[in-house]
Amino acid sequence: MATLRRRTVSYSKWGYFFIAPFFIVYALASFYPLASTFYFSFFKKLVKFGQDMGPTTFVGLQNFIDIFTPNPNGVIEVGKYAGNTFIIWIIGFIPQIIVSLLLASWFTDLRLRLKATGFFKVVIYLPNVIMAAAISFLFSSLFADTGPINQIMAAAQGADNFQIQIATGEVGFRFFASIPAARIIIAGINFLMWFGNTTIMLMAAIHGIDPTLYEASAIDGANATQIFWRITMPLIRPILLFVLVTSLIGGLQMFDIPNVLFQNGSGGVNATSRTLIMFLNQQMQGTRNYGRGGALSIVLFIIGGGLSMMVFYLMRDKDVAEERKRRKKSKGAKLL
Amino acid sequence: MKNFKKSVALVAALILTASTLAACDTAEKEDGTTAATEPGATPTTAAPTGEALTVEQGKVLNIYVWNDEVEQRLEQFYLTDGEAPVVDGVAKKDDITINFLKTPNEGLAYQDKLDQVLPGNADKAADERADMFAFEADYALKYVNTDFTMDIGSLGLTDADFAGQYKYTQQIATDDNGLIKAVSWQANPCGLIYRRSIATDVLGSDDLDTVQAAVADWTKYAETAAKMGEKGYAMESAYGSSFRQFSNNAQKAIVVDGVISVPDEWKQWAEQTKTFADNGWNLKSDGMWSGASTAGYKKDGKVFCYAGPAWLFNFTMLPNAMDDPDAGAVAGNGSVGDWGIVAGPAPSYWGGTWLAAATGTDNGEIIKDIMLKLCADKEVAKKLATTNGVEDYANNIAGMQEVAASDFQSVFFGGQNQFQILAPLAEKIDVSKTLSPYGQLAETFQNTMLGYFEGTVSYDEALNNFYSEALTRYPELTQG
Repeated sequence: MATLRRRTVSYSKWGYFFIAPFFIVYALASFYPLASTFYFSFFKKLVKFGQDMGPTTFVGLQNFIDIFTPNPNGVIEVGKYAGNTFIIWIIGFIPQIIVSLLLASWFTDLRLRLKATGFFKVVIYLPNVIMAAAISFLFSSLFADTGPINQIMAAAQGADNFQIQIATGEVGFRFFASIPAARIIIAGINFLMWFGNTTIMLMAAIHGIDPTLYEASAIDGANATQIFWRITMPLIRPILLFVLVTSLIGGLQMFDIPNVLFQNGSGGVNATSRTLIMFLNQQMQGTRNYGRGGALSIVLFIIGGGLSMMVFYLMRDKDVAEERKRRKKSKGAKLL
Repeated sequence: MKNFKKSVALVAALILTASTLAACDTAEKEDGTTAATEPGATPTTAAPTGEALTVEQGKVLNIYVWNDEVEQRLEQFYLTDGEAPVVDGVAKKDDITINFLKTPNEGLAYQDKLDQVLPGNADKAADERADMFAFEADYALKYVNTDFTMDIGSLGLTDADFAGQYKYTQQIATDDNGLIKAVSWQANPCGLIYRRSIATDVLGSDDLDTVQAAVADWTKYAETAAKMGEKGYAMESAYGSSFRQFSNNAQKAIVVDGVISVPDEWKQWAEQTKTFADNGWNLKSDGMWSGASTAGYKKDGKVFCYAGPAWLFNFTMLPNAMDDPDAGAVAGNGSVGDWGIVAGPAPSYWGGTWLAAATGTDNGEIIKDIMLKLCADKEVAKKLATTNGVEDYANNIAGMQEVAASDFQSVFFGGQNQFQILAPLAEKIDVSKTLSPYGQLAETFQNTMLGYFEGTVSYDEALNNFYSEALTRYPELTQG
């Protein structure tokens, strides 16, 4: 036995060797910037032309205080942009989850036996393949004051002097001058890009449900609505949670669509469609403000983390949690 | 067969050991090599800066630009004599490859690109360096006052070479030490470009005196705007249409000694534009380049006037004004020939493209040649001004005076000689009061005023939004 053991070659250290490239790249490309973001959030550091403007000085929490200081209009900008982001996200997410659930349950319904689901799965996923900036540019042309949508509306309204009548508001609708319309367009693009993705994830979740449950319920006389609410919904809750959390984090990072939709990242009328990341991007335009940019990133990190935790807590499986609690108690009792 | 298998196994084993050894080697060396290679690398990278402008010239000329303008001008007025035309942003001059590297101007993207490229430019491989770059008046000082641009003296040029240019174009590109850092082939006095058919319809005549009288000052201009509105036309094509006619005549720059303070003239622009918007006298578009604004160039356009310099009508309006681009600039092709130009209510200048040599370039000779031919040669200047479809207002006082006095007739302007209007305006341009490295705050100001024009916020709120946005972009400044 002893001789055998000596002859065994340990390959375990090669494991470290093979995973090392990832950790090296991660440390350099991800961890270092992450750590420096935290670090610089406590400093005043302005950079122009890649060169520091003045010394980097420790300012404690000043950058965070700056972020939450109301501007002369009495508006806390980070709050305003967080609000914009949330409103645009929720306008897009509600139809997204409803349509995705509907499509997923239809596509997986054993009784409907839809044909060519493969084809439609590809079709609904396709918008996600297009670059967000491109689709955004497309919509900005479509809904522009003189764009095709307005031309159709004006023609239907019998406009005889289209260019002027659109400006005076006699015909058509100036979508990007309207705060709700602009937000709905951004949310609509988000919806269009992501509902296919969500549908496919929910379908995978539904496929994971034991088919005997459906058969049994059908035999017991449950109708489609009952099956959906009593069997499908409870059993795909973990995936729903996952979809919600990823969409929330994705929504928090919303940037390219609204940034391209309006000229110069202006965020539309009175910046009502400017998102948090667009605001973060502004810190790095002109003079690069590493301190405040870092502080804002940390605020975003906390918001993202907090929202995820909250959703996770709300959607947890209560039975399992109680079971765990009970077990803990009984374990404690045994120990006593 | 046995031998073959053996040899294969041997080779495989050798390769494996070699690769593991190599891996160990690099891993062990990691600490040592970084220290060892760096000193060795410094001399090679430092060399080009020391020997800039020696005989050794690079074979690749990288020019950073934000649109096609520089490319087109060089193609037509520099790469002449049947030299290879520009294909996909690449051209050839003798044995030098010229790359036009484009980054769009919107949202400071072009400046961000320059800010990435220029620092450490001299340390890059010779063919990857930025050799030349273009910039605009709005933010010229930002680059002029850095070591990233070479002064023309170190390219072997003298001020005397450019003595014939309009002084303001040199003022914009002069650094704090009085050195000229960049040159332009154009001067950009703005005239008021008006639609002849609309003038006839509303004002009763399209002749220059009638139109000029109707827009002689801002009061008359507003009266005319009201008349345009009544007849179903728009006076202006966008909110920002007349911004420069106000801002260029401001009594101070937007930033003075690190303090941002909006000049009264900017406020006057906002008030006038709000009046126009509320009365429906302008197209409510948020930019001069929006579809609504540029639709006014077309044959069925309803916009009476555009304030702008030569590049506005030759580079932007003309290509969009033509119904049939293949037919070229001939009267009756779209709106070509239906335009006229007058001095307008207030003199102004707009933009212009300056060419600078980037520090670290290894193409000093060809840059010098481009600057001399395109920006200082009187004959080239006259050709730039009189070529149909180009009609640049070239940066040569004597040349432009000659064209103004000649019987030149512009097809676009229905036979008018626009140089007669523009030449006196060009000599009046004075940038000394308004020049600022923070000139691009003008764009921010116009964007933040959007809420005011659309009726979402009051002027004061919009102004506060401007200040807070300006301070976000430039935290080193304070609010006045």
